[in-house]
Amino acid sequence: MSEIILKLKEANLLGRGGANFPVWQKWEAVAKNSDPEKYIICNGAEGEPDVHKDEYIIKNYPNDFIDGIIIAIKEFSAKKAYIYLNHNYYDKYKDSLSDIIGEASIKIIEKGKGYIAGEETAICEFIEKGFVQPRQKPPFISDAGLWGKPTLLNNVETFYHIAKINKGEYKDTRFISIEGDVANSGTFEKLNNLTIDEILKGTGNYPDFDFFVQVGGGAEGLIMLPSELNTPLSGCGALKIFNKEKTDVFVLMEYWANFLNCGNCDKCVPCREGVYRIWEMIKNRDIDKEKLFDLFEVLEKTSFCGLGRGASGPFKSLILKLNFEKYGKEKN
Amino acid sequence: MEKKRIKITIDGKEVSGFEGQRVLEIAIENNIAIPNLCYHSDLKPKASCRLCIVEITGKRGYQTACSTIAEDGMIITTDNEEISKLRKTNLELLFSQHNEKCSDCVKGNDCRLLNLAQKYNVDISRFTDRKIDFPEIEFGPSIHFDPSKCIDCKNCVEVCSHQNVKFLEVREEGSFFQICPSRNGKRDCVYCGQCVVHCPTGAFQGVDAIKIVENAMNDVQKTVIFQIAPAVRTSIGEEFGMGYGAIATEKIAAGIKKLGINNVFDVSAAADIVTMEEAEELIQRISNGGVLPMFTSCCPAWVKYLEFYHPELIPNLTSVRSPQVLFGGLTKTFWAKKQEIDPKNIFVVSIMPCTAKKYEIKREENIIDGLNPVDAVLTTHELACLFKKNGIDLNLIESEDMTPLWGDATGAGVIYGTSGGVTESALRTAIFKITGKNAESIEFTNLRGLNESKEASVIIGDLTLKVAIVNGLSNAEKLIEKIKDNPNCYHYIEVMACPGGCIGGGGQPMPTDSKIRKLRSEGLYKIDKDKQKRLAHESALVEGIYKEYLNDEKNIHKVCHTKYGKRKKENNF
Repeated sequence: MSEIILKLKEANLLGRGGANFPVWQKWEAVAKNSDPEKYIICNGAEGEPDVHKDEYIIKNYPNDFIDGIIIAIKEFSAKKAYIYLNHNYYDKYKDSLSDIIGEASIKIIEKGKGYIAGEETAICEFIEKGFVQPRQKPPFISDAGLWGKPTLLNNVETFYHIAKINKGEYKDTRFISIEGDVANSGTFEKLNNLTIDEILKGTGNYPDFDFFVQVGGGAEGLIMLPSELNTPLSGCGALKIFNKEKTDVFVLMEYWANFLNCGNCDKCVPCREGVYRIWEMIKNRDIDKEKLFDLFEVLEKTSFCGLGRGASGPFKSLILKLNFEKYGKEKN
Repeated sequence: MEKKRIKITIDGKEVSGFEGQRVLEIAIENNIAIPNLCYHSDLKPKASCRLCIVEITGKRGYQTACSTIAEDGMIITTDNEEISKLRKTNLELLFSQHNEKCSDCVKGNDCRLLNLAQKYNVDISRFTDRKIDFPEIEFGPSIHFDPSKCIDCKNCVEVCSHQNVKFLEVREEGSFFQICPSRNGKRDCVYCGQCVVHCPTGAFQGVDAIKIVENAMNDVQKTVIFQIAPAVRTSIGEEFGMGYGAIATEKIAAGIKKLGINNVFDVSAAADIVTMEEAEELIQRISNGGVLPMFTSCCPAWVKYLEFYHPELIPNLTSVRSPQVLFGGLTKTFWAKKQEIDPKNIFVVSIMPCTAKKYEIKREENIIDGLNPVDAVLTTHELACLFKKNGIDLNLIESEDMTPLWGDATGAGVIYGTSGGVTESALRTAIFKITGKNAESIEFTNLRGLNESKEASVIIGDLTLKVAIVNGLSNAEKLIEKIKDNPNCYHYIEVMACPGGCIGGGGQPMPTDSKIRKLRSEGLYKIDKDKQKRLAHESALVEGIYKEYLNDEKNIHKVCHTKYGKRKKENNF
C-alpha cells in the first residue's frame, strides 16, 4: 500500500459526497488495477438543493482541493483529471480555477442537466458521450469508468481533506451547510464527531421553536426530529431546518417530488413512473397511502441507481415521523 | 478460444452456461421463464423494465437477471412473495404509460405485457394512463408509431442507431425524456422496420394495409393477385405454431386460395428475372468500364438510405427493379395482355417480410403506363392476421401449388430472402453467361451464413470477381467508407438493411432474433437444395418471358429498370 493510501486509511477519511465510502478503499481499487491508463474525476455537482459546502471550499480553499486532485494524478500517473461543476459554479469559478490549474492536466467540465447528472456513472457517460444516463454497476468505475478505464471519483470536499491529510494538517473536520429557518445560515467547518445537536448549538442555529431537520441534502436528505439529533452527522454535511408550525408539508413534498421528477433520467420504470405518480398524488393533495407505500417499495428495492433507491427517503421519513394523518390533508 | 463452462442453480435446478453469459440468457436457454420486457438478445441489456429482478444468494437486494453476469456456483431465486409484489407494482406502472389498444395491436394474442398482467394479478388501471393524449404518427407509408403504447425501453432508439439511421432519438419534453423522430434535417427514416420487431409493446407497427386489400377483394371489377416474397415462406408458419423456419410455401398458396384469390404468384420467380438482368448489367459494367462496384437495389430501405445519406453513390446502384416491382409491372403488361384483362382492373398485392416495401411501391419512378406495378403490400405478419381473421389455420390446411409458371421459381430465386442469396444467384448465372457453362459447384457456401459482413473472390474465366455482402446498414456504412478509400476493392456489393437479410425483416413475425433468423435462412437453403431447377437462367418462366416479351430493349427498360435520385427528408414533425 502506498504512503498516501496508508495515510488515508489511518485518517479513516470517508467520502463526503454522501455515500460514506472509505476513501482509501476507492484509491486502493484504482491503484490495484493494472491498466496504465487512469482517470480522476472531482465531483463538484453539488446537486442537492440548499447545499453549498462544496461551493464554500471552491470559493475559499481552491488551492487545497486542486492540490488533492494533483496528488491523485501523481499517485496513479493519471492521464487526465476532470473537475465537474454544476452550471452555477462553472460560471462563477471556471476562470479563477483555470488560473490555479495552470499547466496541470485538469479539465473543468460543466455538469449535464438534471439531478441524476451528479451520479458517478452518469458523469462518466456524460463526459464520454454528452448524454446523461447512469450505467449498470458492476463494473464499478474504479475498474471501468471513463472510456472503460479505471477511474477515481471523489467529491470536492474529499479532495480538500486528502490534501490536508497529505500535509499532516487534517484535523478530523467536516464542512456543514446549514440552511432553512435558522438565524445564522452558511457553511461551517466543525469536528467530525460532533452530534447534530452540538453542531446546531455551536453555530448559534438551534431553534427555539418546534422544528424538524432534513439531513444530507434538500431533496433526498432524510427528515429527523429534535429528539433524534443526538447523533453524529454522516454522509453529506447538509442540514436544513424547518419550523414545524409554519411549514406546509405538502408544499415541501411537492417541491421534492417536482425536483426528483424533473431531475431523474427516466431510464427505469420505478423511478420514471413511480416518482411521477408520487408527484401527481402530492400535487393533487390526494394521497392514497397504500399506493404511495407500494411506490416507495419498488423505488427502494428495484430502482436502477442510487437516486431512485433514495428517492422515497424524504417522503417516507416525513410522513412516518410527523404522524402524517394528523399533520396532513385537513390542515392544508 | 473456448469459453469456460459454468454451473448455476436457478430455482433449485442446476443448469449450465458459459462464462460471461448473463443470468437471463442462461435461464432462457434452459427454458426457465423469468419475466422481462426490455430484454432483446440482439441488443445490449437495458435493465430498465426491472421485471427480471431475481434474488442471488449472498448478494444484497435484488439483481436484474438481464444484466447480471452469471458466476459459477451462483444460486438464484426467480420468484418469491416479495418479488411478485414488486413485479406487480412495476407492471402497474408500466400499464400506466401503456395505453391498451389491444384490438388492432400487432402483438395480438401474444402480448407479453398482458400475459404478465394475468400472471401477477395486475390491476392494469390502478394508475391513470399518463400518455393517453399522445398523438399517433406515421413515418412514410411504412411505420406507425403510437407513443401512448411506448414503455420507454429505448430498444427502437438503439436499433435505429445501430442501423446508422439515427432517426429515432430521445428528447426531453417537460419532465420526461421521450422517444421522438429526429428534427435534424440530415436524418430520416428508411422504413426498415427494425424498430417494429424490437419493440416489446406494439408501439411500433407496420402501417396496416389489410383494409385496402379487403376492399379490393370485395370489388368485383378487380382481378386480385397475391405475390409472395421469398422470405415469407419460412417465417409465416411461426404465427401458426409450425416452428421457427418451417417451410410453408404450399400452405401459403392454399391459404390465399381459400381467401378466394386464384392467382398466387411467386416473387422468387421474378427474382430469377432480376438475376438475369443484374448479371447482365454487371458484365456490361465490367467490360465497358462502367461505375463499380455495383450495388444491389432489391432492398428498398438500403436504396432510401443511399439516396438520402449518400446520394453521391447513386450511380453505383444497379438500375434493375426489385423483384416485387418488376413482377407487378410484368403482370400489368405481359400477363394482362395474355389474359385479356384491362391492367387498370388488376390489383397486385405483395406479401413481404418488410415494411420498406410499402414505401417502395409508392415510388413514382416505377409507374408504368400510369399505373403503379404493385397496389398494396401486406407484411408476413399482416397476411397471418388476414388468415386468422378468416379462420384459416396454415397448420391444418392442405397444401396447394401456386399458379403454374408465375408461381414456379428456381432455387436461386428463393434464396434471395437471406443475406448472400442475391449474390449467389447472380454468380450462378453470371458464370453461365461469361463462360457458357454452369459452375461445377453451384453452392457458394462461403457467401452463406448470417455474419454481418462477408466477402469472396470468384474466378470466372479470366476475371477475378470480388464481391462483398453486408446486412445491417451500419455495416453498409463501413463498406462505403472502405470503397471511398479504395474504389476498386469490389465489383459487386449486396446490401440488405435488416440483420440476416429479408428473413430478419421489419414485417416478419415476432419474436425475431439471431437463432430464429438462422432457422428461417436454413429453410430457404433447404428449399433451394430440393428444387429441380436452381439456376435463374434455366427457369421456364424466364425463358418464355424473354422469348415473348422481354425480347425488345424498350420492354426490358420499361418493366425491368428504374432510376434513383437524391431524396429530401420525408418525415418532418
